[in-house]
Amino acid sequence: MSTSPAPTADTAQLTGAQVIVKALQEQGVELIFGYPGGAVLPLYDALFQQDKIRHILVRHEQAAVHAAEGYARSTGKVGVVLVTSGPGATNTVTGLTDALMDSVPIVCLTGQVPTHMIGNDAFQEADTVGITRPCTKHNYLVKRAEDLARIIHEAFYVARSGRPGPVVVDLPKNIQMAKAPYVGPSAVPPRGYHPRREPDPARVEEAIELLARAQRPIFYVGGGVINAGPAACVLLTELVRATGAPITLTLMGLGAYPASDPQFIGMLGMHGTYEANMAMYECDLMLAIGARFDDRVTGRLDGFSPRSKKVHVDIDPSSINKNVVVDVPIVGDAELTLVAMLDAWRRRANQVSRERLEPWWRQIKAWQEVDSLRFRQNGQAIKPQTAIKRLWEATRDRDVYVTTDVGQHQMWAAQHFKFDKPMRWLTSGGLGTMGYGFPAAIGVQLAHPKATVLCISGDASFVMNMQEMSTAMQYRLPVKTFILNNSYMGMVRQWQDFFHGSRHAESYMDALPDFVKLAEAFGAVGLRASTIDELDPVIEAALKADKPVLVDVVVERMENVYPMIPGGAAHNEIKLSPEDDGPHEAISEEGMVLV
Amino acid sequence: MKASEEERRHTIVVLVDNEPGVLARVIGLFSGRGYNIDSLTVAEIDKVRGLSRINIVTTGTPYVIEQIKALLAKLVPVHKVQDLTVEGPAVERELALVKVTGDRERLVQALRIADFMHARLVDSRPDSLIFEATGTSDELDAFISLVEPIEVSRAGVVAIARGPKVLTSDRA
Repeated sequence: MSTSPAPTADTAQLTGAQVIVKALQEQGVELIFGYPGGAVLPLYDALFQQDKIRHILVRHEQAAVHAAEGYARSTGKVGVVLVTSGPGATNTVTGLTDALMDSVPIVCLTGQVPTHMIGNDAFQEADTVGITRPCTKHNYLVKRAEDLARIIHEAFYVARSGRPGPVVVDLPKNIQMAKAPYVGPSAVPPRGYHPRREPDPARVEEAIELLARAQRPIFYVGGGVINAGPAACVLLTELVRATGAPITLTLMGLGAYPASDPQFIGMLGMHGTYEANMAMYECDLMLAIGARFDDRVTGRLDGFSPRSKKVHVDIDPSSINKNVVVDVPIVGDAELTLVAMLDAWRRRANQVSRERLEPWWRQIKAWQEVDSLRFRQNGQAIKPQTAIKRLWEATRDRDVYVTTDVGQHQMWAAQHFKFDKPMRWLTSGGLGTMGYGFPAAIGVQLAHPKATVLCISGDASFVMNMQEMSTAMQYRLPVKTFILNNSYMGMVRQWQDFFHGSRHAESYMDALPDFVKLAEAFGAVGLRASTIDELDPVIEAALKADKPVLVDVVVERMENVYPMIPGGAAHNEIKLSPEDDGPHEAISEEGMVLV
Repeated sequence: MKASEEERRHTIVVLVDNEPGVLARVIGLFSGRGYNIDSLTVAEIDKVRGLSRINIVTTGTPYVIEQIKALLAKLVPVHKVQDLTVEGPAVERELALVKVTGDRERLVQALRIADFMHARLVDSRPDSLIFEATGTSDELDAFISLVEPIEVSRAGVVAIARGPKVLTSDRA
């Protein structure tokens, strides 16, 4: 790190900005999401003078990061963001935190005031590396032009390797303008950072031995398997089918295993299915892969799956034994671990009888008969669940991607939209960022121009980043946004009804815009469905449109998300709809403080 | 109380790249999660390769300590993490500068204690003395409580494993 290779004659004349562009090109970057400003003008000038990398102009820097997340999560590549110093950089903080929580590979280039002015409270100066240190996987301030190429390449390596995450590179303006040497990725010396990918074979054997003997096993799988790549998802499907065990997926893991497969018993967690949560509670072996035992998944920790042996596969050693202590920890890449597990299983397969799982499956079928996702569509008012189901049915034959915002609509989408393939479902799981969905959909559509990209949103969430309709118009992106409009911050209202005496403090959205006119003001298509009869024709019209569409789906206002594990409750204390509805005074005081 | 819930003091040493912000990353990891730092020292130990060594003394349950070590090892500039409390016997030393003021009788008394406890006199004035004391943290605590100083400056714990075992970077 301390010494840089000597510049060669042909590259010695590049400016810092040209070096950055060359490095991005060599990293295979196709798209950059950004917003210009004073401190990045040299870099914008260098981008202007080339045609390999396309720049997408967003309307707010937070949206640039979400769009890059959408691009990254739907392609498996690194998403790239370019913003200016000061407010440009601080506006990315929510997006960076979102990417950190959900393990999305992002490289975010931020402009900075010239090195000699750093610390002077210069115009549009902010301590970007200081501010972004806790919300990035790593960050850099480039102080010497000769470090530039190495740092850009290293940033991509750090962002995509191990547990992926966002990396910020802060670029003072004088460094962009100085002459700088170029080096390729192969000339970058390795650092101390080497994430472990190969699992410990002895632990894999131990895990598979437990699986072979288990009477009530369950696979509990999260977004880590999707991050490991489509091959890991294929291996997962093979292993689960070979073992005959049930599988549940986290919110982030949806699509890692086909939802249409009978061994899939639905999403687990706070709004997961009854059968998935009960199976987690009653299992005797839990095989967690690429999941991090989030509080939304575990419920009350001392009541979490009390009788099971637990195996945990994760690329991030700090995820293991963080919330739940496990019996067999395996640090490794999901794909390599699944290869080893499948091999270990096949060596035992003829000694294992699938009949041993029959009582377990009988129990699960009984739980499934509860039909915990049921809802009754009666009358003309559109149930939000109906809207999601119809949308799913109408797009089943299409190459479809779905993004969401955060709240009730997100949970209904997770419950009722079925994904058979990975990387098709993009939602803000960890941070829970309202305003994620629409810009993320823009990123997805740019990565997959021919695909059908749906953004399922809420009236409150959509407004948080609605300025991006200008971006969608500029690049003629036919993203189809469906707002499940109940005029409430629905999930806030639901919690106020359950836990705060139905006092709807500030959760009612007075003075919402007319979403149809809003769309039209941007030049997009605005549609509205207010009754059940209008729903299908409006969906059909939206899917036909070849430019951005905003659909205002006016839904039943007081509908709640079920089933629900209240805060501070265990999996077996799950509440079903609607008989259990009513005052929820039973919640513990300990549960009340949980978010 | 179960063994898994018992809090224990650990001395952890970390080999890092000597680059701007590396200490802030380490400290941020502790403050951001509410873990304790009892003592922290940092200095460059290899100028050629630009490596620094950080010595951290922290207190926590076994799982918290495991979490701290995993999080430290995840930081990009971190080369190696070693828990000297777990990984075997280690030498731990701390240095303190201790100022005592007062009348002649009090200073003579302090000199006597310092002599007995192997502290060095490094500054001497008619009405004040400064001692340099090195030893384990417990030894320093004992010395400080005996001389009743007016001001104390402590360097924090530095530690190294006993025997031939060494903490080195894998990187050339």
